[in-house]
Amino acid sequence: MGTDAAGLGRGRAMAFILPALVLIGVFLVFPALWTVYLGLTDYRLTGLAAAEPRFVGLDNYAAALTDARFGSSLWLTVQFVLGSAVAGQAVLGFAVAWVARGLRTPVRRAVEGLVLLSWILPGSVVAFLWIALLDRDGGTLNALLNTPGTAWLLDHPMLSIIVFNIWRGTAFSMMLYSAALENVPPSHLETARLAGASTACQLGDVVLPRIKGHVLTNLLLISLWTFNDFTPFLLTAGGPEGRSEILPVYVYAIALNGGRLGAGAAVSFLILLINLVFALIYLRLLRARNAPPTAAAPGGRGPV
Amino acid sequence: MISLRGLVKQFPGGVRAIDDLDLEIAGGEFLALLGPSGCGKTTLLRTIAGLETPTAGRVGIGGRDVTALPPGRRDVAMVFQDYALFPHMDVAANIAYPLRVKRVGRAERRARAAATADRLGLSGLLERRPAQLSGGQQQRVALARAIACRPRAFLFDEPLSNLDARLRLTARTFLKRLQRELSVTTVFVTHDQGEALALADRVAVMSGGRLAQVGTPAEVFQRPLTTFVASFIGATPMNLLPGRAEGGALLVAGARLTPPGPARGLPDGEPVTYGVRPEYADLSFEPREDGFPGRVGVVENMGTALLVTLEPAGGGDGPLVQVVVPEEGGEPALGTPAWAVPRTSRALVYREGRLLGAPVAPAPASAEPTA
Repeated sequence: MGTDAAGLGRGRAMAFILPALVLIGVFLVFPALWTVYLGLTDYRLTGLAAAEPRFVGLDNYAAALTDARFGSSLWLTVQFVLGSAVAGQAVLGFAVAWVARGLRTPVRRAVEGLVLLSWILPGSVVAFLWIALLDRDGGTLNALLNTPGTAWLLDHPMLSIIVFNIWRGTAFSMMLYSAALENVPPSHLETARLAGASTACQLGDVVLPRIKGHVLTNLLLISLWTFNDFTPFLLTAGGPEGRSEILPVYVYAIALNGGRLGAGAAVSFLILLINLVFALIYLRLLRARNAPPTAAAPGGRGPV
Repeated sequence: MISLRGLVKQFPGGVRAIDDLDLEIAGGEFLALLGPSGCGKTTLLRTIAGLETPTAGRVGIGGRDVTALPPGRRDVAMVFQDYALFPHMDVAANIAYPLRVKRVGRAERRARAAATADRLGLSGLLERRPAQLSGGQQQRVALARAIACRPRAFLFDEPLSNLDARLRLTARTFLKRLQRELSVTTVFVTHDQGEALALADRVAVMSGGRLAQVGTPAEVFQRPLTTFVASFIGATPMNLLPGRAEGGALLVAGARLTPPGPARGLPDGEPVTYGVRPEYADLSFEPREDGFPGRVGVVENMGTALLVTLEPAGGGDGPLVQVVVPEEGGEPALGTPAWAVPRTSRALVYREGRLLGAPVAPAPASAEPTA
């Protein structure tokens, strides 16, 4: 066998990867397929349908897609992703990474440490901190702004969870962009500076073309994470009146609060499909980036 | 012209990369900044460019004080060691980039990029990406980008060091001709003494953030003012041997030598360092009182000549002295006793590391503008 570099033979090679395949099958593939199956039934948490679920075809999907609550939830999720991940975390993360380059090492480490802290704390702890910050009566924010009695989580639920998620997730973008900026050769930036390029020009001409791949990867990851993020539930529980009910919270509400597990599974599968679309768009963009317009020449720099 | 006055650059942490340095570079002059790594030559170049802010002192370019100006307003162009070509732009866009930043119109940009590329032999490559070019072509694209915006001064940071040895010679000749034709003031940083001697109108040798010597290639090669410069300049390092004066002669490594003019009349017992280049000594196989005695230790064939290393005759470690001999005589057998005889007119005598007979202040020789 020409490809058998380790000399194991097919049988023993299979034996090595089998445990991993079993784990993937049991914990990833089976639940996914099970969700697809559940989405086609009227399975419930309690009652008769919990014991003997009936096959209902695409009824759950039809119900979800015609449900105004699903539509508004999807729209809130789009706002949440665009506001907190794309506009918030990615832009702020890049800004912090860019500015931190010019700082002295101890200052930079301190800034990075603080930003990282908000990322590594457990969600429940962070949620408690934010409830304490935004509380109507004894909240820190009201004390700071001298606006007693303002109920931030009730009056501005979406704004609250967007700001919360920016604060929580910026660290990832910052770290990724910090690493990406290390890849920009200083001589390229200096060439642009010597030509008289403004900071905006330097970013557009030198930095962004260089880190495009990092930007795409980052946007994909934080979009998916934010799309599937359940932590805002700990702040607003989707309320008031469903005004911050993003899709993961919606699934929780119908599947566990409402007990309609079948319907919840159907919506979960729709979320999976939307995530898949994100990933496909990303892969398409990445492929377009990797294929140069002209025939690629062998080798990079270096004398020939 | 470029004028540096009392320039100091101290980095956080206390390292003084440039230590109170004065230098005048005439208009159109080609100056090489030469020195070992860490001597401050690159920092000096970057300070002229404005990429580093001096701790003290002034930088003037073209009669204008630019100390407070950002790099983009100093009207200088720099070529980096890695060429810094933008990989996502084709050759034409790379060459025209500084013009685009300066908002030169598209048609003129293209015309100037094409004309510059033509001059540097890049005309057929305008549509290519940097990754599709050889190292030499990349280097010329970087040069073209510097030339196309017609700056007041060129700043080169070891632009030849990424080329292979043969290509480097071609690029060197090309660069020297180009600079003469354009007659733009040029500062060229290098750690390669051969490159500095070959290219420059004047060479500034740096050590520890200071100028050790500034002079024409002939001056720094023939009359290095300090033992540091003497050991740094030259394809084969100068022989520097400790000795002392006695009875009007110099006793050095077993030889009794006639001192060259400036070293005559030293008091007896005065310790000195005797310097002679391997090219300026002859090899004798007969005993000579004015020759360093030794045995042939190593013979290196350099093509047109042989580099013979003599080792101490009575054993002992290490080389004693090196001599370049013409290859016609054939290679001397290893272990043969031999005497290295320095030519007195070419010998240099140093006391406490400084050349005897040098001008009192190591004032830079007056610049000779080219073109």
